[in-house]
Amino acid sequence: MNASLAPEILSLSLQHLRLVAITIAIAASLALPGAVLLARRPGTRRWALGFTNIAQTVPSLALFGFLLPLIGIGEQTAIVALCLYALLPILRNTLTGILGVDPAVRESAMGMGMTPRQILWQVELPLAAPSIVAGLRIATVTTIGTATIAAFIGAGGLGVFLVRGIAMMDKQALLAGALPAAAMALAADEGLEWIERKLSAA
Amino acid sequence: MPSAILEIRDVSCALGGRPVLRHIDLTVEEGETVVLLGRSGSGKTTLLKTVNGLVPASSGEIRFEGRAAVQWDAVAMRRRMGYVIQDAGLFPHWTVEANIGLVPRLEKWEPARVAARVELLLEMVGLAPAEFRHRYPRELSGGQRQRVGIARALGADPPLLLFDEPFAALDPITRFELQRQFLELRRTVRKTALFVTHDVREALLLATRIVLLCDGALELVATPPEFLAAHTPETRAFLSCLEENGSPN
Repeated sequence: MNASLAPEILSLSLQHLRLVAITIAIAASLALPGAVLLARRPGTRRWALGFTNIAQTVPSLALFGFLLPLIGIGEQTAIVALCLYALLPILRNTLTGILGVDPAVRESAMGMGMTPRQILWQVELPLAAPSIVAGLRIATVTTIGTATIAAFIGAGGLGVFLVRGIAMMDKQALLAGALPAAAMALAADEGLEWIERKLSAA
Repeated sequence: MPSAILEIRDVSCALGGRPVLRHIDLTVEEGETVVLLGRSGSGKTTLLKTVNGLVPASSGEIRFEGRAAVQWDAVAMRRRMGYVIQDAGLFPHWTVEANIGLVPRLEKWEPARVAARVELLLEMVGLAPAEFRHRYPRELSGGQRQRVGIARALGADPPLLLFDEPFAALDPITRFELQRQFLELRRTVRKTALFVTHDVREALLLATRIVLLCDGALELVATPPEFLAAHTPETRAFLSCLEENGSPN
């Protein structure tokens, strides 16, 4: 591979990571409290999961297209779209984790005089932690992949290489974009899976 | 004259429009073990849960330590009622020590005092503290888990203990060991207990008074000898399963 690409690979990788990090931070800060609220509201839960499910099925390129006239070109549009995709896995896994807590455990927690807040923080969230991390893992890995498309709307990242590679039929540029993205996804997968395993063992 | 720790006055309860409890009147005095006996669906567990407010009564009044339940803060009241359920409901992510120390910690006891209390309680329920303190619930047998459940209920020395079929899921030998332990504990700590079971043998063994529930209504309140001599249809049904082959369940 052409060594002259190295600085660009580095800077675009960092940009890519930035996109992913901002996306996951926003998605998690919406989905985690959202899941906690929805865990207590079965009616609303169906609607919310339905919405995130539908958001998930819109093809990513089309979603970028829809958002362009609303938010414009650039990073913020990419982040909004990527967040919509990242919401579902985090929301669904957190819900699964909280709802999966043994009813006997919840009943004894209430019966022993824990407040709802204490039950949430000391019982439900710790027991749901492996499932929550699994959701974060899925969201992170898919976001790393999907974020390559963000280059089409001027958000930068490793997709820039892909756009160039496709346009110019330049195999080297394609690899310069695809390989670091794949490596990033694998690293995120491994790292978060390790945390997940640690949490389930505890 | 022993004083009433718990008074249940004309309590009815309907769940989903179906009456589950009908006009229950019951007074539990200090030091008693009142066993709520009945078939599945007789309302015995619901009655127990109306006491600690996990199920709201539709009408009637419950008084605990001389104060109406509605005047109590639910959380504060529950911390004065130990609660033991069928599969113990221990927190799987906490050690035995952390589980038993739950209510003392919620009540903001000093850590050293909690540790001493946990040690004492483990000894009281027949588990060597050094061996069991740091174990997780999954590293315990069913009987050991239930012992920890009882120790946890005794945590902050509550004046009333609520037991919801605590031994029903145990094998007969372990169940018998725990019943003996229960009697032993009662001798040493003199606790008041409300104890739900469907096992007439267990009721006769543990109760100072048996409350027989049938279809949500009180059929009989009697001491074990009175119960054995009673002739209501439901007592006969329960006693006949003693006679059949000598081993209910």
